[in-house]
Amino acid sequence: MNVITPAENKWIGTRTVRPDGADKVTGRAAYAADTTMPGMIWGKVLRSPHAHAVIKSIDTSKAEALPGVKAMVTAKDIVDFPTDKSVMLGIQDMRWMCRNVMAREKALFHGHPIAAVAATTEEIAAEACRLIDVQYEVLPHAIEIEDAIKPDAPILHPFLQHEGKPSNIAGTMVAKLGDIEQGFAEAEVVIERTFRTRPVHQGYIEPHACTVSYAADGRATIWSSSQGQFMVRAMTSLLTGVPQSNIRAIPAEIGGGFGAKTIIYLEPLALLLSKKSGRPVKMVMSRDEVMRATGPTSGSLSTVKIGAKKDGTIVAAQGTFYLQAGCLPGSPIRGPVGCSFAPYAIPHVLSVGYDVVCNRSKVAAYRAPGAPIGAYATECVLDELAEKLGIDPLELRHRNSAKTGMKAAYGATFNQVTFEETIEAIQNHEHYKTPLEKNPRPGIKRGRGVASGFWYNAGGESSAQVNLTEDGNVVVITGHPDVGGSRASIANVTAELLGVEHDRVSVIIGDTASIGFSNLTGGSRVTFASAMVVTQSVEKVIGQLKERAAKIWKIDPEAVIYENGACRPAGPNAGQFPPLALKDLAAKANETGGPIGAGVQLNTQGADPGFATHVVDVEVDVDLGIVRVLRYTAAQDVGRALHPSYVEGQIQGGVVQGIGWALSEEYLYDKQGRLDNANFLDYRMPVCSDVPMIEAVVLEIPNPRHPQGVKGVGEAPIVPPLAAIANAVHDALGRRFYSLPMSPPKVTEVMDLPLAAE
Amino acid sequence: MARIHVTTTINGEPMEFLCEPQQSLLDALRNNLGLTGTKEGCGTGDCGACSITFDGRLTCSCLVLAVEAEGHEIGTIEGMAQGETLHPLQRKFLEMAALQCGICTPGVLIAARALLEKNPDPTETEVRFGLAGNLCRCTGYDKIVRAVMETAAEMRETAS
Repeated sequence: MNVITPAENKWIGTRTVRPDGADKVTGRAAYAADTTMPGMIWGKVLRSPHAHAVIKSIDTSKAEALPGVKAMVTAKDIVDFPTDKSVMLGIQDMRWMCRNVMAREKALFHGHPIAAVAATTEEIAAEACRLIDVQYEVLPHAIEIEDAIKPDAPILHPFLQHEGKPSNIAGTMVAKLGDIEQGFAEAEVVIERTFRTRPVHQGYIEPHACTVSYAADGRATIWSSSQGQFMVRAMTSLLTGVPQSNIRAIPAEIGGGFGAKTIIYLEPLALLLSKKSGRPVKMVMSRDEVMRATGPTSGSLSTVKIGAKKDGTIVAAQGTFYLQAGCLPGSPIRGPVGCSFAPYAIPHVLSVGYDVVCNRSKVAAYRAPGAPIGAYATECVLDELAEKLGIDPLELRHRNSAKTGMKAAYGATFNQVTFEETIEAIQNHEHYKTPLEKNPRPGIKRGRGVASGFWYNAGGESSAQVNLTEDGNVVVITGHPDVGGSRASIANVTAELLGVEHDRVSVIIGDTASIGFSNLTGGSRVTFASAMVVTQSVEKVIGQLKERAAKIWKIDPEAVIYENGACRPAGPNAGQFPPLALKDLAAKANETGGPIGAGVQLNTQGADPGFATHVVDVEVDVDLGIVRVLRYTAAQDVGRALHPSYVEGQIQGGVVQGIGWALSEEYLYDKQGRLDNANFLDYRMPVCSDVPMIEAVVLEIPNPRHPQGVKGVGEAPIVPPLAAIANAVHDALGRRFYSLPMSPPKVTEVMDLPLAAE
Repeated sequence: MARIHVTTTINGEPMEFLCEPQQSLLDALRNNLGLTGTKEGCGTGDCGACSITFDGRLTCSCLVLAVEAEGHEIGTIEGMAQGETLHPLQRKFLEMAALQCGICTPGVLIAARALLEKNPDPTETEVRFGLAGNLCRCTGYDKIVRAVMETAAEMRETAS
C-alpha cells in the first residue's frame, strides 16, 4: 500500500472542525440518558449492601403490590451459563457476565445487583427497591490481594481451583524467553522490588444509561452509550435469550468509556423489564452506582527483578503480577505480563500473572488494560538500576531497546520498533536539557523522572460504507462509537482521497441494522481499522466514478484517472475531454448506471505496537506531602496523525489519567468491605488546577502496513506516567515509593521513616 | 404529592413548569422541560457537568431545587449560541479541539463564560482555578485552557 506523504496532503494532518462538533458545543448531541420514548417508564436496581453473602431468599411481593410498579427482574430471568462451560464473546466469558449483571448464587460485592424494578416514576421504582425483602447470610469477605490469596482466605467460588485446591486464584498467564536462571547467573547487578497499586476507576463523566423498547412483535431496540453497539446486541442477546436478529442496538453519543463501556450492565435488565411491562424502559446509573458496581481496573501486587551487566546490558527480567479481578475472573494480566518487558531486548524473561478474585466489583478494561501496572514496577526498577550503574536512565533504555524483527516474550515478532525514536525525542527536547532547580524554596523539593511504555495496539473487524449524495456530497458510515475524534480523522481521510472540500463530507456512526459488523472501540484500533476500510471503500467509489466518466466519454475506464476531485482522461491518447468533477458525476449517477457508493468489511491486520517515553518534573511540599506536577512532556510514535489535535488530545488525556492514578485516585473500603468513597469528592480525579499543560511530542513514523501509515494512539500514553512520576518524586526526595497513590498521607508517612528503614 | 407550579425565565424566555417539591433543577430542566444539554455526571455538585447560571451566577443545577427557580433567571447551554452564531467560546472549542467525548463540554462552556464575564483577561492559573469545578476525563484540560485563553484574547480585541 502506498503511504501518502505529507507534502501531498490537503486534509490529512490538518486541524479541521470535527463533524459532530456543533451539536456537542450547543448541548444538542444525544447521549445515552438524553433519549426518551412515549409511554416510557423507569428502571432501578436493588444492590447488595454486603461484600459477600448468600442470597437465601428474595420476596418481591410487597414491591410488586406498590401502585405504579410494572415489572421486576431477578437472576432467574437472566440466562444462566453453568460455571463448568466457558461461553466467550470476545474476551468476555458469559459465565461471569451473567453473574455480574445480576447476583446468582451469592452477592459478591457491595453494590452487586440483586433485583431490578420498573415503575412509572423513578421515585416509585426506588421505593419498590426498598420494599424487596432479601434475606442474606453474610459471609467473611476478602478485599485486598493478600487477604484473597492467604491460605485460610474466604473462598469466593467453590468451582475455582489453583494447584488442585479451591482458590481465589482464577487463572495464570506466563510469557517467557530464554532461561531465567541462566540470565540472572550472568547478571552483575540485580535489583528486585515489590510494588502495589490501588484499583482506579475509568472515571468517565457520563454514567451508564440506556433506553430499551421491546415491541409487541418481539423486536427490541436499545439506545445506549457503549464502546460497541454490536457488543451490546450480542451480549444482551446472550444474557436475555432474545435472538440477535430481533435486537437493534443504536449507539448514543458516548460520554467517555476508556474501556469500561466494552461490557454491559443495564441493557439486559432494561430489555427484560420492557418485555415484562410492555413499556419502553429507561435506566440511568447514579455516580454512586457507577463507582460501586462498574469496573474499575485492578489493584495489584507486583514483584519485578532485573539483572544487568555493569555496562548496562540487561540480561534477565522477571515479573510476578497479581491483579485483582474483582468478584469474577478476568483481570487484565495480559497487560503487565506481555507489555512490561516488551520494549527491551532482554534474552531471558519470565513474566507471570495471577488473576485474583476478591469481593469487589468486577474489573473492566481501562486504557491499555494492565500495562500501566507492569510499567510502574518495571520502569521504577530500571530507574533504580540506572542510578546504581551510574547511567542516564534514558540512555539505559536506549541501549536496551528492542529491535525490528525481534521476538517479544509475549510471542509476537515486531515488524517495526520505534522505541529508540521516542527516547531520542525526549533526550533532545528542551525540557530534558533544561536543568531543574531542585530546592526552589524552603520545604519544597523538585525532581525529574522519566519512564517508557508499550501497548500492543490492534486491528480487527471493521465495516464502512461510503455513499455519494445526489448533490455531490459524501456520506461515510462506520460502525464505531466515536470516543475522541475518530469521525474527525475519517472526514480528513475521505476528503483527502476524494479530493473534495472537507465540509462536503459527513461521517456518521451506523447502528447494528445499518452497517456491517464492527468490533469494539478499544485497543487503540478504531482510527487504524476504520481508516483502512474507509480507504478501500473510497477506492471502490473512485473506480465507479471512473467507469461513469468512461461511459459518458465513451472510452475505456482504464483510460480515466481520478485526480483532485475529478475524472480526467489519462493522457492525450485517451481523448480530449473537460474534467468531470465528483459533483457532476453524482448528479448524472442515475443516467449512467445508478447510485454511487461502496462498502468494505474487513478483519483488519497490520497494527504495529505503540511506544512512548515521558519526562515529568514534580514539586513536593515535604511537610504536607503534596506532590504537584510542574511540567510534563510525552513523546509517542503515532505512525501518522490524521488529525493532530485529536492525537495530541489522546496523549494529553491519557497522561492526566496517569497522573490521577499516580497521585490521588484509589478505592477505599471500610472494615465491612463496603466502598467508602463512591463519589467524585472523595474519589479524587485530577481537576484543571491540579495539572500543567501536557506537551505531546507527536512522532510520525508511518506504519508501512496501513494506507495512511496509522498506528494506534490512545492507550500507550497512560502506560509511563505512574513510573515517571514515582521516579521524579524519588529524584526530589531521595526516597523511593513502592505503592500508589503517592497521596499526601503516604508521602508524609514515608518522609517520617528513618532513611535506613526505607 | 401535589406538584408545584414554577414561573421562571430560561435563556431569556419566560417559562412555566410543574415539578415535585424534591426535584432538582437539573432534573426539571432535563426531564420536565426537555433541555437535555445540561448533563448529570454526579448529582452531588462535584463534576460541574450540570453547570448553569442562576441570575448570572455559576451554579450546579443538581444542587438547586427546581422550585427555587421561581422568579429567577436561568441560563443553560441551549441559550449560549445566538441562532446560527456560536458564542466565541463555542467556536474556539471547535477550532482548537477542546473536547473529545463532549459530555463535560456544556458545563465547561457555561463555567468558562461565567469566568470571562468576571475576568476578561485571566492568567492560565486563573483559568485553571475558574474551571476547577468542572471535571473532564478525556482532554487532560490542556486544550480547554488554551481555548479559553485564546477566546478571552479574541474577545478583548473585539471589545477594544
